[in-house]
Amino acid sequence: MANYHADKKGRYGRFGGAYIPEMLQPNIDDLSARYLDIINSEEFQKEYLSLLKDYVGRPSPLYYAKRLSEKYNTNIFLKREDLNHTGAHKINNTVGQILIAKKMGKERIIAETGAGQHGVATATACALMGLKCVVYMGETDIERQAPNVVRMKMLGAEVVPARSGNKTLKDATNEALRDWICNPEDTFYLIGSVVGPHPYPDMVARLQAVISEEIKVQMKEKTGKENPDYVIACVGGGSNAAGSFYHFLDEESVILVAVEASGLGIDSGETAATIALGDIGIIHGSKTYLMQDDDGQIIEPYSISAGLDYPGIGPQHSHLKDTGRAIFLSATDDEALEAVRELTLLEGIIPALESAHALAALKKMKFNKEDNVVITVSGRGDKDLETYMNRFHLK
Amino acid sequence: MNRINQLFKNKKDILSVYFTAGYPNLNDTNTIIQSLEKNGTDLVEIGMPFSDPLADGPTIQASSLTALKNGMSISKLFEQLKEVRKTVSIPIILMGYINPVHKFGIEKFINKCAEVGVDGVIIPDLPFNEYYEEHQQLFENAGVTNIFLITPQTPDARIKLIDDNTKGFIYMVSSAAVTGAKKGLSEAQLAYFTRVNNLNLKNPTLIGFGIGDHESFTEACKYSKGAIIGSAFIKMLSKSSNFENDIKKFISSIRNN
Ligand SMILES: Cc1ncc(COP(=O)(O)O)c(C=O)c1O
Repeated sequence: MANYHADKKGRYGRFGGAYIPEMLQPNIDDLSARYLDIINSEEFQKEYLSLLKDYVGRPSPLYYAKRLSEKYNTNIFLKREDLNHTGAHKINNTVGQILIAKKMGKERIIAETGAGQHGVATATACALMGLKCVVYMGETDIERQAPNVVRMKMLGAEVVPARSGNKTLKDATNEALRDWICNPEDTFYLIGSVVGPHPYPDMVARLQAVISEEIKVQMKEKTGKENPDYVIACVGGGSNAAGSFYHFLDEESVILVAVEASGLGIDSGETAATIALGDIGIIHGSKTYLMQDDDGQIIEPYSISAGLDYPGIGPQHSHLKDTGRAIFLSATDDEALEAVRELTLLEGIIPALESAHALAALKKMKFNKEDNVVITVSGRGDKDLETYMNRFHLK
Repeated sequence: MNRINQLFKNKKDILSVYFTAGYPNLNDTNTIIQSLEKNGTDLVEIGMPFSDPLADGPTIQASSLTALKNGMSISKLFEQLKEVRKTVSIPIILMGYINPVHKFGIEKFINKCAEVGVDGVIIPDLPFNEYYEEHQQLFENAGVTNIFLITPQTPDARIKLIDDNTKGFIYMVSSAAVTGAKKGLSEAQLAYFTRVNNLNLKNPTLIGFGIGDHESFTEACKYSKGAIIGSAFIKMLSKSSNFENDIKKFISSIRNN
């Protein structure tokens, strides 16, 4: 059977690895050597599970969406990560990494954020643990996700604007890496997705794996079968998808569907559809598909969704693409907005723009009446109200 | 003997200058190299601009961006360097990030370096292990030296490992920083240089990051074979309307105060 997980060097087939400057090598070596022992320790498991339960509010419901199911003539279950504390799946990862950071004696936490959900989840975990928190965020994103900036500040985090490139997630990640280079001893870089040098993609996937672990139990309860026919999730870096897929990777009967953001359209020049357009390269320390020009310069991405507005993708997803284990689709800004409206009116759930890309897949696929389709709603739409107000003319 | 080894055999207080190819103007590359050599620079490092240079501070980021806008690329640079050995005899090193090199093709890149007379390369995000396992033979066959960085956080054992597997010099990054760090060297930095010197490495070292004036250059030279100046030189270029003149003044201000 194919192996879909990282090997010892953090390789997923021909992807992954740790392409980092020497300045980061000691930190990465230290983390690589320790993360599995820490995660597998009884002490970590106890604290992590208790935080997930009592602080995050897990398990998150698996909700049978009756009216949506009727519309698409199939059985649709929504995995409600939007109901987590702070409003997205990102907190599963941050409460885990913060425990790892503490175990390693780090006092200062840095993070990058796009939609601000990871920034808020990091600032929250830092407030909880009494650790100093600095979040890098692109200037464009600071504007379009303003409520999350306020939340981070209330939580005591310093929000530093990234002003290079398109001033979005890629640029925030560059700044966070530069900070880490300059502060190698006391600082822990808490990455928000399954991207970056090994061991981050594997570490973050393990911390998000709780999503699919719960889906199995909940599907069994609701349908008598652990495995659904489809699992659908959106991908920016790919952490909610990695967590939603994790325990189904070796269950080949489960069709895995990842949905990227194509912005104004795959061929419009204003897109973030990495798998559709990318070829292999190295971004933020990892070999993976990425959007680049003929000279190997990274192409600035675009999506209405700040969390999906990234020119790369986690190396595991590149491997899932290569092996054919997952199907990759994309949804445009308009398709995502349409999906926001649909879910809101049919089910009374206002999703985040990111999550709406996963929901938009419903219109692109054919299901049978008996199929069980799980869609991960990675986050709630509160942060996107400004965009919804403008795009739906609600002012 | 190659040009890098020759240089280190014969000289001390080596002054190495970094600049970004294609900055300030696309076709300045050869003018700058020639002027650097003429004014007493011992080694030149040409930066291949990248859109996302994560080990660089604001000065080199900005010069890279301008260079890319000007149309600089690896193939363009090799075109410019085609005849460089007709006029220039100091060692030339190319420095840049792995993604553009990977896209160009690592093997093709190394062979091109050898063909035009580039002596060495620095690719900060090509880690030692990757080089050692995948590319060392290629570099050695082509006679192109791969130069590694070490930092204050690099453990002694790893410094020795790197020393055993390189044949040019070791780039001693003066502090935990991106390029363009503030000038001057602290007690802690001097202690780190001394620690590295006590390892009795077979390769010489050059000190870089935070070197930008006569004082920091002379101090660095006490602890190594010389030093590398980057951001300070680029800042000077950004203000210059007469390179020939200003490069001469700059180099002389580093050497003689
Ligand atoms: C609600 C939500 N979903 C999805 C994402 C995309 O991240 P990932 O692909 O890592 O799940 C983000 C990122 O900010 C997000 O906030």
